[in-house]
Amino acid sequence: MNNTMESKIQTQPIKLSKEDFESDQMVKWCPGCGDHAILRSVEAVFPVVGEKLGLKKEDFVVVSGIGCSSRFPYYMNTYGIHGIHGRAAALATGIKVANPKLNVWMISGDGDSMAIGGNHFIHLARRNVDITYLMFNNRIYGLTKGQYSPTTFKGQKTKTSPQGVFEQPFNPGELIIGSRGKFFARVVDTNPKMMQKVFLEAAMYRGASIVEILANCVIFNNKIHGDITGRDTKDDNQLFLEAGKPMIFGKERNKGIVLDGTRLKVVTIGEDGITEDDLLVHDPTTEDAGIHMMLASMATPDFPVALGIIRATPFETINDAVWNSVEHEKETSPYKNVDDLLNSGNTWEID
Amino acid sequence: MTTHKGKVVELERAVVRFAGDSGDGMQLTGNLFSDSTAFAGNDFATFPDYPAEIRAPQGTVSGVSGFQIHFGHTDIHTSGDMADVLVAMNPASLKANLKWVQSNGIIIVDTDAFTEKNLAKAGYETNPLTDGSLNGYLVVPAPISTLTKEAVKEMALDNKSAMKSKNMFTLGMVFYMFSRDYKETYSFFEQKFKKNPLVVEANKKVLEAGYNFADTLEVFANTFKIQPAPLHKGRYRNVTGNLATSWGILAAGERSGRNVFLGSYPITPATEILQEIAKHKQFTAISMQMEDEIAGVVSSIGASFAGALAVTSTSGPGLSLKSEAIGLAIMTELPLVVINVQRGGPSTGLPTKSEQSDLMQALFGRNGEGPAVVIAAKSASDCFYAAFDAAKIALEHMVPVILLTDGSIANGSEVFKIPKVADLPAINPPIVKANDPNYAPYRRDPEKLSRSWALPGTEGLRHRLGGLEKEDITGNVSHDPMNHQKMSYLREEKVERVANYIPDLELEGDEDGDILVVSWGGTYGVMLTAVEELRAEGKKVSLAHFRSIKPLPKNTAEVLSKFKKIIVCEINLGQFVNYLRMTHPEFKYSQYNKIQGLPFMVNELKDQFNALLNE
Repeated sequence: MNNTMESKIQTQPIKLSKEDFESDQMVKWCPGCGDHAILRSVEAVFPVVGEKLGLKKEDFVVVSGIGCSSRFPYYMNTYGIHGIHGRAAALATGIKVANPKLNVWMISGDGDSMAIGGNHFIHLARRNVDITYLMFNNRIYGLTKGQYSPTTFKGQKTKTSPQGVFEQPFNPGELIIGSRGKFFARVVDTNPKMMQKVFLEAAMYRGASIVEILANCVIFNNKIHGDITGRDTKDDNQLFLEAGKPMIFGKERNKGIVLDGTRLKVVTIGEDGITEDDLLVHDPTTEDAGIHMMLASMATPDFPVALGIIRATPFETINDAVWNSVEHEKETSPYKNVDDLLNSGNTWEID
Repeated sequence: MTTHKGKVVELERAVVRFAGDSGDGMQLTGNLFSDSTAFAGNDFATFPDYPAEIRAPQGTVSGVSGFQIHFGHTDIHTSGDMADVLVAMNPASLKANLKWVQSNGIIIVDTDAFTEKNLAKAGYETNPLTDGSLNGYLVVPAPISTLTKEAVKEMALDNKSAMKSKNMFTLGMVFYMFSRDYKETYSFFEQKFKKNPLVVEANKKVLEAGYNFADTLEVFANTFKIQPAPLHKGRYRNVTGNLATSWGILAAGERSGRNVFLGSYPITPATEILQEIAKHKQFTAISMQMEDEIAGVVSSIGASFAGALAVTSTSGPGLSLKSEAIGLAIMTELPLVVINVQRGGPSTGLPTKSEQSDLMQALFGRNGEGPAVVIAAKSASDCFYAAFDAAKIALEHMVPVILLTDGSIANGSEVFKIPKVADLPAINPPIVKANDPNYAPYRRDPEKLSRSWALPGTEGLRHRLGGLEKEDITGNVSHDPMNHQKMSYLREEKVERVANYIPDLELEGDEDGDILVVSWGGTYGVMLTAVEELRAEGKKVSLAHFRSIKPLPKNTAEVLSKFKKIIVCEINLGQFVNYLRMTHPEFKYSQYNKIQGLPFMVNELKDQFNALLNE
């Protein structure tokens, strides 16, 4: 094939498949680990993203830090870089700002994102770097074999908290909103359809789209999300949010969320005169994060856990801001090249 | 320009030091005098000496800001040992700087500032202007504050604004002293205070008043004239080391066709590099002020993966924070330039003072066997070429390069001959073409041992990098024992082979002799001056100044072998000498070390070398 043909082909929409992204490397996560399902969902979503955004398979970059989840780039056949603990957010920022044409995905865990990488995490959200960020939250350190993480529940006994954790956990959504982040979604690793739908929307959002995945560590923290994902309890404990739709949940689809004064409240449709019209209707796009924050904070047993796109507010990305500035400076700068700069200001000639 | 009264004395060179309170505008005064020196055709070097505090309590010794300039008819390599002329705007600046004034040097003081209150603030019990403690100096007392007010009294200026221009009065006096044309400075005022014509006018008036005061009252017994220096034909400018470093990076970006990406975090004395690069987005040079030092270097590694000329800039404590990430760049074999402007350490140390004490950190400060190229700029203007070379080596050899400069050359300025970018060496990074069937992530160039650079977005080259050990050629994750040994040797050998692509070590002086003086980095100017002076006295002394530390130039052993004695001089406790003891144990080394936050003085070096000659 000659070069001219190649370049013509590049401009055509390319049909990508799941197989295009499957790696030949052996996947070494534990059998039963939630990460396997996440990997399969991501492989399924990439071809769709490529099609929608007109990308070729070489335009995807997968970036990670350190932890079980962070082996992810080795299991995807894309450009990838496996960084150092906690710093994937900075790596991803550098990649995306240096070449905004790349579609950058970042894989991280609860410890990688919010303990050692906490600083980078909040700044990535604040800068609105245009990447898709999947945070595998299993509420434990798995790769080092079972120490508590910044999302482990207070009181839980782990190898480094034999008397129970003394600290309160982070809630990633609260942290993102507190950092003026514009996008937050949450999914469970037991629902591939939900993952694919949300991952796709996250990839389509221009900005730092951070998705918390409630992931199960089968060895060190098994069923920690059991009340949310369990077959018998999930319907009553999951509220899947959809833009423009009332907040309904429950096995019988008869429970809902209303605003009671300044707080959210669970109600039953048909009781105390409550109808569907009384329920809150989800709007992920409002800049005001008040309701989003309350939704992100909802926890069992008093509330269902909010899933889906909780917040997705349009905002300029850092990569756009930087490159718009580059274009502006190119048009207005008196220096067309470095020679101009070297010869600017006070100079003198010796003959 | 009025005719000078009195005698005009021709000088070879002179050192002038301006000192005042941090708010007195001494840096500006010094810079304007430097510009005038450039117009007069002299060679020169400058050094600012300012406190770590932004505005220390007014009138105290800790709030004194100084600026020294050494200029002459001959080549000037240093900012000078002792000042021939000191301008002291208040008692504190006299107290802080008297020790740097030549005996029988000239001291210009603002007598208005020598009030009881100011004397007490400076810690004087009696007035040095009247108690005889300045006997042996030529004191020029001038009521600078009063005369400044007088000069602008017709103008609608408040007292505070009027007093802001008193530095220009002293500048006028010094201009007169050195037979300069003060009107050349007017264009600066017109530029700088464009929006405030009143201030332009005030500064002009005060500058002229200072000049005329010195002239009319014949305050100096004589004036001085320094003939132009015999500089080579060409266009010149003044640069500080940090400016030259920034421009060297921008030039390398243009020459290599790669966009510059600087991920950084403000830290004294490296901050100006981030500030300078931030101004030049028109060259598609992108700077990111990241949340910390680690994010600075890691974002650069990300940009390097994506295909940029990736740079991070910092000073000692920041280099410590970047250590782990530099290891990632070593493992992923991505190009990266780490600029470390050294300052006094350890810990926060002496942020505004210079030191050469990060050498061992640059060479060895990482976990595992983590070889990186280490080069050190030798002067403010050499920072341009050192930064360019660092970028060229990083890009062509696919390796992190640590560029060491230091506070004294970073903030010091000197005359710089402006090069043409097209005349700089070509930079050819090993970028892989799309669908290259021979591409493998860790396949190496047989000569350089560098792997090639496959940029994300390129068809047919998808691959994964990371901090885990990689299998030779394929780049798959590997824990194989023999592979790790092989890769460790390859990474080391790749760095050593850079020696095939850099210049040999050059000697200043004869190829053999009694003493070889060895130095590295920012001390070059003072070392050269000391050695040249001894050679002029007929001593068999030569200088070997190292710019490339790792790898060492190929002829290092040969150069070291030709001298009876070797003395290694450093602003630290002996880091380079111990590195030489490790790499070249066959030679015996003496060492001279100073670690006071101060540069070497020519005379102290000559004393050391003379003592060694007489041993």
